[in-house]
Amino acid sequence: MKAVSPRVDARLWWGGAILSLLTLGALFGAVLTPGDPLAIGDVVGTRLLPPLTRSDVGSWHVLGTDAFGRDVLGRLLVAARLSLGVGIVGSLLAAALGVVIGATGAWLGGVTDRVLLAVGDALLAVPRLVLLLVIAALWGPGLPTVVSVLALTGWMGVARLVRAEVLGVRVLPYVEAARALGVAPVRVLARHVLPNALGAATVAVTLGVGSAILLESGLSFLGLGIQPPSPSWGNMISGGREWLLTAPWIALSPGVALVLTVVACTLVGDALDGSRRAVSAAVRTEKDVDR
Amino acid sequence: MLLWLVATLTFVLVRLAPGDPTTLLVAPTASAEEIARQRTAFGLDGTLPSQYARWLGAVLRGQLGTSISRSLPVTTVIAEALPYSLFLGGTSLAGSVLFGVLIGAWQARRAGSRGDTAATVVTTALFAAPHFWLALGLIVIATSGASIIGAPDWARLPAFGVRSPAADLTGLANLIDIARHSVLPLLVLTLTGAAGIARYARGSLSSAWDAPHVTTALARGLSPSLVQRRYVMRNAIAPIVVLVGLALPGVVAGSVFVEQVFAWPGLGRTMLGAIAARDYPLVLGVTLLYATVVIVSNLVADIIVQRLDPRRGA
Repeated sequence: MKAVSPRVDARLWWGGAILSLLTLGALFGAVLTPGDPLAIGDVVGTRLLPPLTRSDVGSWHVLGTDAFGRDVLGRLLVAARLSLGVGIVGSLLAAALGVVIGATGAWLGGVTDRVLLAVGDALLAVPRLVLLLVIAALWGPGLPTVVSVLALTGWMGVARLVRAEVLGVRVLPYVEAARALGVAPVRVLARHVLPNALGAATVAVTLGVGSAILLESGLSFLGLGIQPPSPSWGNMISGGREWLLTAPWIALSPGVALVLTVVACTLVGDALDGSRRAVSAAVRTEKDVDR
Repeated sequence: MLLWLVATLTFVLVRLAPGDPTTLLVAPTASAEEIARQRTAFGLDGTLPSQYARWLGAVLRGQLGTSISRSLPVTTVIAEALPYSLFLGGTSLAGSVLFGVLIGAWQARRAGSRGDTAATVVTTALFAAPHFWLALGLIVIATSGASIIGAPDWARLPAFGVRSPAADLTGLANLIDIARHSVLPLLVLTLTGAAGIARYARGSLSSAWDAPHVTTALARGLSPSLVQRRYVMRNAIAPIVVLVGLALPGVVAGSVFVEQVFAWPGLGRTMLGAIAARDYPLVLGVTLLYATVVIVSNLVADIIVQRLDPRRGA
């Protein structure tokens, strides 16, 4: 058996640290930064201040201000609530949908399974961004659309994983035993079969959060996601585009925040995946030894 | 079969959406008959199932209908934009695979070293960076960055469009002009693409290095580069081919943003414009094309993998 390398823990530690910091910032940041991140106040005195400067009215701006004199750090942290929230809720919903669809298909088999598989394949064939664009644009942009669209276009991967897992487990003796004892099918599925797929699904969700956040920012950048004045990292970058040459910090900081968040999600996902593999490898080795 | 499903899905998706394109097209003062006439002209009359049947029949005959916003056949609009996107996507995909595999192979040979870790940090960050943000960053570097360090004129790269607007260039000068315009978009797509491929290539190559027969070969005293060529690459190449097939949706998505930011007149920009104008036939046409490309390339990747690895043959 191969020992779990210490690198796995380092990735988990770094990713977890970044995500916790961001969450704390998103929750309490608005209290610590000057001014209302949404309101437009004394524009002349405070607009387009570079990072680490003090404005004429005496407020201190760590990341500078934007064209309307709003504190960039404050907006960044308010946007973090939306971006993290959309990413997490969107990919959790997608995963839930994937679990239900994958389990249903594998459990029922036959025509249901084939239809669900075919729909999943068809959705996978269209690039996810194109699907997102079409739906978001035609149904009207906004928070509910973005979240439901992320869920509707993100379930296929999890569904495949769960389906494969259920197909593998449903014929094992202990599942048969549960059924023979007269346990209701839904209960067998929920209690004895699905927990096996949990590990793989968790990894998929963690990695999914990163890509969901990226997609949300893309939609918002194109004006099809979160609408201003609500800040999201995507529409902050889009707003900073006009001031790219005179005030690059407006577009720079939300981009850095995005990269950090997505990297953190990838690190955590990879680390979980690695430890899951290590655990199943260890279990396999133990079985070999028993034999 | 899969294509039919995709076509049906997109049709349903697009037509279930609220909003009527004819109201966007005809003058607000138009009479009811005028509106009805326009509706018929664009195939938007009748019940949804009958519209669907008509549309599917036309698609099977190779007709994608008339673009509502451009008043041209959809095939013409796509044919105009396609070369630009193929150039951008093809060149950057080739570059991504080349650099991605090279970086991945370099990392896998020294897995666990500082160089490997540093490269992983860079590729992970690039992989996580949104295309549009990288594109904006490059524009800043190419314009104000270039003036700050006092770069010569020829080194200042244009950030928008395909050709210089005023200049009426021909021959070689025209080619150079287009090449200069494509440097920044290609850079964004290749950097992110190569980063993604390097991440996977490293994984698949480093597990190939761990295989017992590779250890044996090394123990026999074969040189590491010979081992890499003869034993490692052969085992790792199949997953990489599959990956290239899977990377295609990413190229499409990336090019949508890159084309938008750099005002590159390709399919991605056509798609965004069509969505904004509720140009149903054009949206359906481009989506169908994207899906076809993805399905066909996955098929090709599967066939190549079977050729490379006889064990996977039927």
